[in-house]
This record gives sequence, C-alpha cells and structure tokens, in this order.
Amino acid sequence: MVENIDTSLIDWSRAQFALTAMYHWLFVPLTLGLGVIQAIMETIYYKTGDTFWKNTAKFWMKIFGINFAIGVATGLIMEFQFGTNWSNYSWFVGDIFGAPLAIEGILAFFMEATFIAVMFFGWDKVSKRFHLASTWLTITGATLSALWILVANAWMQYPAGMHFNPDTVRNEMNDFWAVALSPVAINKFFHTVLSSWIVGSAFVLGVSAWFLLKKRETRFALGSIKVAAVFGLVATLLTAWTGDGSAYQVAQKQPMKLAAMEGLYEGGNGVGLVAVGVLNSNKKAYNDDVNPFLFNIQLPKMLSFFAERDLNAYVPGIVNLIDGGYTKSDGTIALSAEEKIARGQMAIKALANYKKAMKDKDEVAAKEHRATLEANFEYFGYGYIREKTDLIPPIGLTFYSFRVMVILGGFFILLFLVAFFMEKKQKFEKATWLQWVSICSIPLAYIASQAGWIVAEVGRQPWAIQDIMPVSASVSKLSVGSVQTTFFLFLAIFTVLLIAEIGIMIKAIKKGPELENHSN
Amino acid sequence: MDSTYILLQQYWWFVISLLGALLVFLLFVQGGQSLLFTVGKTELQQKMLLNSTGRKWEFTFTTLVTFGGAFFASFPLFYSTSFGGAYWVWMAILICFVIQAVSYEYQSKNGNLLGKKTYQIFLIINGVLGPILLGTAVGTFFNGAEFTVNKANLTEIGMPVISSWDNPLHGLEAVFVIWNVFLGLAVFFLARVQALLYFINNINDEEVDKRARKQLIPETALFLVFFLAFLIHTLVQDGFAVNPETKEVFMQPFKYFTNLIEMPVLLVVLLLGVVSVLFGIIKTILPGQWKKGIWFSGVGTVLVVLVLFLIAGWNNTAYYPSVTNLQSSLTIENSCSSFFTLKVMSYVSILVPFVLWYIYHAWKALDLRKIDKEEMEEGHHTY
Repeated sequence: MVENIDTSLIDWSRAQFALTAMYHWLFVPLTLGLGVIQAIMETIYYKTGDTFWKNTAKFWMKIFGINFAIGVATGLIMEFQFGTNWSNYSWFVGDIFGAPLAIEGILAFFMEATFIAVMFFGWDKVSKRFHLASTWLTITGATLSALWILVANAWMQYPAGMHFNPDTVRNEMNDFWAVALSPVAINKFFHTVLSSWIVGSAFVLGVSAWFLLKKRETRFALGSIKVAAVFGLVATLLTAWTGDGSAYQVAQKQPMKLAAMEGLYEGGNGVGLVAVGVLNSNKKAYNDDVNPFLFNIQLPKMLSFFAERDLNAYVPGIVNLIDGGYTKSDGTIALSAEEKIARGQMAIKALANYKKAMKDKDEVAAKEHRATLEANFEYFGYGYIREKTDLIPPIGLTFYSFRVMVILGGFFILLFLVAFFMEKKQKFEKATWLQWVSICSIPLAYIASQAGWIVAEVGRQPWAIQDIMPVSASVSKLSVGSVQTTFFLFLAIFTVLLIAEIGIMIKAIKKGPELENHSN
Repeated sequence: MDSTYILLQQYWWFVISLLGALLVFLLFVQGGQSLLFTVGKTELQQKMLLNSTGRKWEFTFTTLVTFGGAFFASFPLFYSTSFGGAYWVWMAILICFVIQAVSYEYQSKNGNLLGKKTYQIFLIINGVLGPILLGTAVGTFFNGAEFTVNKANLTEIGMPVISSWDNPLHGLEAVFVIWNVFLGLAVFFLARVQALLYFINNINDEEVDKRARKQLIPETALFLVFFLAFLIHTLVQDGFAVNPETKEVFMQPFKYFTNLIEMPVLLVVLLLGVVSVLFGIIKTILPGQWKKGIWFSGVGTVLVVLVLFLIAGWNNTAYYPSVTNLQSSLTIENSCSSFFTLKVMSYVSILVPFVLWYIYHAWKALDLRKIDKEEMEEGHHTY
C-alpha cells in the first residue's frame, strides 16, 4: 500500500508554526523599535547630563524588559520547531538554512544576552559610557539577530547560492554571500526592521499621549513624543521605500504571490493597481468566468510600474501562471503548471534512478540520470504537487492583508507627520483628539505588522522553499494528534503569558516613570 | 574524503561538545531555581537567590539556543532526526524553558495574572525538569534511540520523509532506560551543587552562605552516586562503533573506555575535570570561608562534559545510535553539513573567543558588587 502524508498533519503543523510566529511577532517589533528609542534617550542623557532623560530612558527600559522576556520565550519555540515539525525541511536545506541560525546564536544572541544584563543592572556598577554602549549593543544584538533570521527567511522565498547534491540528497551552500546579500534578504531585513521601528514609535506615542490625556508626567510625555514622532516619521518613510523594493522583488521572484496580493487572475500589459476592492466570494475556480471583484478602484498602470518599473509592462495573473504560454521578461515562454509538475516528477524520478545506479555501480546510467535531474531540478518541488490548483495561495487572506498593511502604512505617515508638527508647535498637549488617535494607533501598528507577515508567508504557499520544496514534503512524520496537542498547549501558554504581559505593562504604565526631582 | 573536510567535521563536533559542556555548567541557574525554597527561608533571601541566578539566566538560555542552532548548521541530520522524532522529549524541554523565560521578569511585578508563587513554581519546574530532561536526552547518545533514516525516501512522492521514529512514544521511551535517567539525575544534582557554590560566591549573606554550605554535602553525595554509576556503566558497556573502511556501525565491547585509552589526552582532561570539580566542592565544605569553589567546579564540569561528548562522537563512534536500525545510526561523517558550510561557519567561530571576552568583562563588571540585602532594598531594577 502506498503511504501518503496526512493533509491534516500538514495543516496542523502549519497552524502551529503560524501560531508561534504570530505570537513571536507580537513582541519582537516592540523590542526592535523601543530598543532604539530608549538608546536615543540615553544618548541624550549622556550628551546633556540631564537626569530627566536618564529616568525617561529607564521607564521605557522597564517596558522593554517586560516585553523582551516573552519575545525570548516564543523565539525559542520558533527555532526548534524547524526540527520538531519540519524535519524533512531541516535535512533538505539545513546545510544552508542552519548557518544563518548558528551565526545568529553566536554573534547576535550572546551580544543581546550579555549587554541586556548590564543595561538593567549596571546603572550603578559601570561607567556612564559603558552603560550607554551596553544599551546600544543590546539593540544592535537584537537587530543582528533579526538580520540573520531574515536572511534565512529570504532564502526560503528566493533560494540562492546553493546547488543540489544527489549523493547527500540535499541542497548545499556554495556561495555564502549570495545567501546573505541576496536582494530579497536585503529588502526583507530593512523593510521588517524599519516597520518594527514604526511599532516602537507608535507604542511610545500612544502611551505618552495617555499620560497627556490624564494630565500626568507632562514633561516626560512630551519629551518621549518628540523622540517617537521624529523616529516614527523617518521609519514610516523608509518603510514605504523598502516596501516598494520588496514588492518589486516579489514580482520578480514570486509572481504567484504578487497575483494573490492583487487578486489578479488575468494578467496583461499596463495593469492597474487595486487601491481598494472587495473580492467576489462566488468565484470558485481560478479559470471560471466569474468576476473576481464585487467592486474595486484601480490606479491605472501602476501595478505594471511597481512590478517592472514600466507603465506598460506585462504582469501575469493567476490564470497565466497556471496555464503558462506568456512571454516572460527574459524573453522565454512560461511553462504551464502541468509542465512544471511533470518536470518536477521527472527530476524526482531521476534522483531515484541515480541512487539506484550508484548502488549498482552503473556509472554510465548514473551520469545520465544525474544530467536529467540537473536539467529539471529548477522544478523539483513541483513534483510533489498533486493538483495544479494547489499552487494558488489563499487569495482572500493575502489580498486583504496586503491592503490592511499598505493603508495603515499610509495612515502612520500621516500620524507621525501630524504628531511631529503639533509637538513642534507645542500644541500636542492641548490636542485631545490627537491624543486619542495616538492611543488607538497602538493596536493598529501591531495589525499592520502582522498583516505584513501574513502577506509574506501565506502568499508564498504552498512553498516551504520556493519551487524546490512544498510544505507537504517538509513535515515531520508525527501523528496529527501530537501536533494538535502541542498546538493547543502553545496556544494556552502563549495566551496566558500575553495576558500577563499586558497586565504587567498596564500596571507599569499606570505607575509611571520615576522622575525624581523633575516636576511636571 | 578531503582531509580538511574530515578535520572540519571533527572540529565542529568539538564546538558542539564545548557548547554542550558550557550549557551543563550554566545549568547552575536551573539548580539555583530548584533550591529556591530550600536555601531561601525568608522572602528577602529568596529575592537574593532569584537575583543571583536571574542575572545569568539569559546566558544559559542563549547557550541552549546556540547549541540548537549550531547543531542544525553543522549536523542537520541530527537536528531533523532527533527533534522531529523524539518530539515529546524536546517539546517538554522547550516548554520548561518557555516558562522560565518570563518567570524572572514577571514574578515580582504587579498585574502578572498568575501570582508570584505560580511564577516561582515555574522556575522550580524548569530547575528540576530542565536538567533531568536534558541529561536524559543526552543519555541516548550512549544508549541509543529508536529511529530509521533513509534518504532515498525523498523520492517517494506520497511520503517523502527521510527520518522516522520507530517508537510511538516519540522520545519519552528514553526515560525507561535507567542509564539515561541516571545521567539526567547526575546533571540535576550537579546543577544544584554548582548553584550552591555560585550562591556562596555571589551573595553576601551569612545565613544563605551557611545554609548553602550545609546543603552542599547531600547534593554532592547524590551527584556522585548517579554520575559514577553512569560513568562506570558507560565505560564498561558495549559501544556503537563505526568501521572506518565500510562505514558499517557495529557493537564493540568497552567502546567508550577504548576511546579514552586511544585518545589519552581526553583521559587526562577527564581526570583533571573530576579532580577540579571535587576540589571546588571539598575545599568549600571544609572549615573556612572559601568562596571560589564555583570556578574550580565550573571549569571541571566543562572539562568532564566536553570529554563525554567527545568520546561519544570521535574515534569512529556513532554519536546518535539507532537501536532499532543500527545502520541508521548517526555519525559525525554521515550527518554533517557540506565542506563549504563547515568552512564558512569555522570562519565565524573564530569570533567565539571575542564573544567569550566580552561576556567575561560584562559578567565581572556586574559581579564586582556582590548581591546583598541593601541592594535588594535600594529599589533599583531587581527581580
């Protein structure tokens, strides 16, 4: 009897990974953003000697510490889950994927762990300069750890710098810099870290606005707003810029993800960008004649421009990507999904034949099968795809998440701009409406951040590694019940800890900063 | 095979062994947590204990993460086989550490939902189960696990899974092998011994000092019972050897003892380590106020554990043996990363001494002033 992977095992494994990643990503952006803000504040203290800034920095460090602990907890599960739930993946690409993870541990985590202790406990034990250096090194370590894990993630979206070794049955790295400095990795790093700075800024702005609303700690609140507004404005503008770079990379390397982000079924030249739209739930198949939208407003030709830097460029839709036959930007004709699946199966079969020939010591046959494998390896992962429609990611989730992210990104540019000018004109303190908007913006920043990851990760389904390994071929052989149990276990633990974290934060915020002799 | 590649494989097994050894030393944090209510009789004493280990917990945690990351990068087949197979053991270990990560920070804070006691119980759970489970898991390096590896499975489109576990308990069966548990208990009591020595060194409080010194005797006795039983059994048992020509795995009598004899440097290091551990403990127990036992015992621990890892993998030994399918056993050679990856990571590992250098300086700066009642009452950032 032919054994098959249980599809619910794949779904539950994905659900567990998504759960952990999304919880982890609730805490990391605040660490990355707040870490820089508190370091800027301590730098002002170092430069001016004004203890107001020391105490302001110390208040935000207290919040940072509460948030950091739970980020560490969820991060641990993230790392080991590659092995526990995606064991096949771990062998198939561990040679490449493991290296950034190890470098992350050796270079970034230790820096973070060492200097965070000095940052919290070293105020009266080390010099001002050593302490300031420790604060900056803590956030540098955190940012470097983001760099390496994002390099690893980017590699999954755009595998580069490697080759497949049929003898070891895995992919092996042959160019470290192609992995570390791939355009996808560079864009992903900047876009992700800069967007985290938005979360940090929105958090500081919102909490400070609450103090103003309560008419408490005014100097502290306005000082914090001054730093957060400038920092947030810079972060949002740079995030928009790197977001454009990311979208361009998606268009080049993951055209199906772009089509899902846009709800684009039929491609063409001079394609418009959907500014707002509502998807039609009556569309059941990618190739039926039902209009994918109930309504939408498009910006003419802009998708072509963002995707190819040419207003009239061709952008393929889902139908084109499945059916193939269109001319790609490099002049070649795109294969259909069926052809790719056939070539993937050919590659897998050639690998099996190669292994057999090697076992039989038949070098001629081995050489022949290896050549077939190499000629078709580009489509290796397609060989595991059962239906061509499995290649289409969830459209609704990707489409709406993308819009939520972009619209909120625009909102934050406006918010920080207004906050910056109101603070400059000394009107923030009186602007109750802006204080309320700032408070309400805290969850919006988290929603935007989560939406960004949904676009990146849901949009690339079914691939664990683009074109090379689908999630169905990546999972560990476990019982569905085991994964379900750990899913609910993690759900319960993370939820309880999240509630605890929020409770502690609220108490700490309500207590306010200890400003010693500085009156309001 | 390229001799440089072989050298890199051995080098990375050494790095993994060193990380494992450092991890066992740093488990004094867990040992300290497990002693929270044994050594700390008043709330203030408990606070001092928590602040003593609490300022170091991240080193243990980070070492565990780096140990996992380095294993993934250098021996990915172990990562995929053990983590994906011995699912429940690793999940239990992870959950133990998840609850630790938040407990130091949250236990003394208002609004923490579960109450101070709950977080302290989390710390005790982590302190007890963390070392026992880690030790038990490492015990399988010598006593084997139940798995099968077949890389050709990748060509089975319906079920392309390379490594599969042969026992439905998915790792929990390791606790039914008494020698695994003995190692787990040895690690646990060693962690408690180290914690007591660390408290003596790090906390300026007469009562804590007195109680820690008293507690040292039974903890040391229990450590020695379990450690010596495990060590003697390991040295006399049949080990998982690899034929260097055919790569076939076979059972060899006294394999681990033979490894020590054939690598005499390791034998010397092992003996030095044991002497150093015992010296640190005995001199602390003897009358006087000697406080430096942790350093002797710590260095000794690193040396002993390093040797245990090295004899599990070096000298043609299968470091992760399969008892259900002997030829699926993992060796340094059949489970490691490619030459290129090991080379790249070796360049990165050159930075490790620099990392150790700044850890040393930061640690020294923080420990310059010992933890005392005054500091706990000053109102600065404390746990």
